[in-house]
Amino acid sequence: MANKLISEIPLPKSIANVFAARNISTAKDALSLTEFELMELLDVGLTEVRSALSQISEIVAPPYQTALSLMEQRFQNEHLGGHFPTGLKGLDSALCGGIPFGVLTELVGPAGIGKTQFCLKLSLLASLPTNYGGLDGRVIYIDVESKFSSRRLLEIGLRSFPEIFQMKEMAQEMAGRVFVLRPSSLSEFTQSLQQIKVSLLQNQVKMLVIDSMAALVSGEHEQGVHRQQTLSWHISFIKSLAEFSRIPVIVTNQVRSQSHDEASQYSFQVQSRDGIVETLTRYDSHLVAALGIHWAHAVTTRLVLEAKSGQRFIKVAKSPISPPLAFPFHITSSGISLISDEGMELMGPEINSIHCQGHNEIINFRMDSLV
Amino acid sequence: MEIWRLPVSASQRGKLISAGYTTLSSLSSISSSDLARELKVSESEALDILKVASHSHSGGSEMSSGNCSIFEGAQNAWDMLHEEESLVHITTSSADLDNILGGGIHCKEVTEIGGVPGIGKTQLGIQIAVNVQIPHDFGGLGGKAIYIDTEGSFMVERALQIAEACIEDMSEYNRFLRKDFQACEIRMQPKDILGNIFYFRICSYTEQIALINYLDKFISEHKDVKVVVVDSVTFHFRQDFDDMALRTRVLSGMALKLMKLAKKFSLAVVLLNQVTTKLSEGSFQLALALGDSWSHTCTNRIVLYWNGNERYAYIDKSPSLRSASAAYSVTPRGIRNSSSSCKRIKMM
Repeated sequence: MANKLISEIPLPKSIANVFAARNISTAKDALSLTEFELMELLDVGLTEVRSALSQISEIVAPPYQTALSLMEQRFQNEHLGGHFPTGLKGLDSALCGGIPFGVLTELVGPAGIGKTQFCLKLSLLASLPTNYGGLDGRVIYIDVESKFSSRRLLEIGLRSFPEIFQMKEMAQEMAGRVFVLRPSSLSEFTQSLQQIKVSLLQNQVKMLVIDSMAALVSGEHEQGVHRQQTLSWHISFIKSLAEFSRIPVIVTNQVRSQSHDEASQYSFQVQSRDGIVETLTRYDSHLVAALGIHWAHAVTTRLVLEAKSGQRFIKVAKSPISPPLAFPFHITSSGISLISDEGMELMGPEINSIHCQGHNEIINFRMDSLV
Repeated sequence: MEIWRLPVSASQRGKLISAGYTTLSSLSSISSSDLARELKVSESEALDILKVASHSHSGGSEMSSGNCSIFEGAQNAWDMLHEEESLVHITTSSADLDNILGGGIHCKEVTEIGGVPGIGKTQLGIQIAVNVQIPHDFGGLGGKAIYIDTEGSFMVERALQIAEACIEDMSEYNRFLRKDFQACEIRMQPKDILGNIFYFRICSYTEQIALINYLDKFISEHKDVKVVVVDSVTFHFRQDFDDMALRTRVLSGMALKLMKLAKKFSLAVVLLNQVTTKLSEGSFQLALALGDSWSHTCTNRIVLYWNGNERYAYIDKSPSLRSASAAYSVTPRGIRNSSSSCKRIKMM
């Protein structure tokens, strides 16, 4: 609605002509100016400007819905009330049924922890027929780091749903529903995003996976303002994509080590206690999500995958529905699975920290046992 | 009053001044046809100018009449005090938080709440949208809420949980404190609470401005709206702007309109803001987004932050409240007091 043409708004003829003559053609142009700027520019009085602006505003402003009608609508129109079950029972119940539709869900964690494994499992699930808990639709998998493995996808399928994947035609159909895009640069990624937007609704796409967002940006630019701005457009675009198509969007994010001057406090906190606490609040792990605070605001749900003293955990670090919980998990040939469905409640800095201790031990341990 | 302050168009103003009309009083005795001839404009246009002029003139002359207010539109401090005392605040459901806020979120004021991702801004926003509906009998406002969602982070499921908990709390309160009062039984259902939240989904900053312009009309039609929550005010303004000066102008215009709404309909405006990093005194620190000039626009500013294992709220700016911090927690039932703190309010 923002680019609604002023000529389509039923303004008084005289005012409409003035707008046209001054080249203010869209609602966006008009509303970006203050009343006084408009008075100067259009050479009309304040009352006319005000009434024109309020007419434009009324038309451009989106209609309201009560929260009640929103809920009823979601439950009627959407499969499972707008949540996509991940098959990890504990996590699903914490998230009120699974990964929410229409918003961004982020997976963040150190390399090799299982982010891609989780993505593979989710794409597989989404392609399954609804009676197997799937979404019965296509999946677009944007594979930036070239880590998508169709062999692994089918292996997970065969182990978790042998009744489907043992039949060759069914396996072919399910795997045929996962479309992998491999953009090699940010501009290619931008292009494919725009293409996706057009074809999303026509082609029964039920899930979008981007693995990973961080690799795209870190490959292109140095840190700084420019990087923030490039990402801004993508954040907006992906969010609106998720919103209008009402599908779950999964995005992964890498980690990087915390640089020394990383901000973690407000100025009033620093003043009140002189740096004593500062060392305490530094997380002992020194790992933070690669994309900064601006990105973190944009995702609705953040799941942290981490390793702590030889055990992998998946944590609900940010969610509008779930309390911060941690679930131990492991990765087997049938994909990611929880060891326990009972979540451990987390407190304070634990919620957002990303541990990587003993991560190598897991791998080494496995190696030893294999020998 | 002088001509250049008249709200007429620039060219009309120019004509008036060049024709020698510099003060309003010089316009008071002239007829529209004379003016039309002198300014070389049409008679209807001249009539319009005179209308505007007489309007502002009479507005000025009312200053001397009227016994209670000497200056039109002004209110003396004593009356304001009484009015403020009679206003009901919107509780946050955390007694500690209410305590440092002087009773809760104030009506007629713009309150900005900011914090890092996942600290509970949206939770607090939903809680306020629910709590504004607590009926008068229970010390609430019994109003309705407008929830403006710019990020898509509003979760109906969560609103339902909080509404259910709120009703449970009210019936608890009923049972323990008002055994003899059968009259104020709770007739509210969680569905009613959800039905009283007007939800707007905004997809661009133009829509955000348009909606805020339109709210004046909307609230005139829905008089019982008592709170407007914007979650978050930042999102679109952070992405779509290249021209920072324009952004500042548009933002301050928007803030003024919100402030006007708050005063006119005596409702509370709650703006949720994001956090950014800022270089100050040689080190990076967290600060609320949208820059320095924005930080002047809100009446109250509350920063939510992590302190050790607990979530804290800190009053960063307020004309009437002491700067203080209090712990709170986000529970499945909504915002509540921090479980481990009985008496932990710290005045700074």
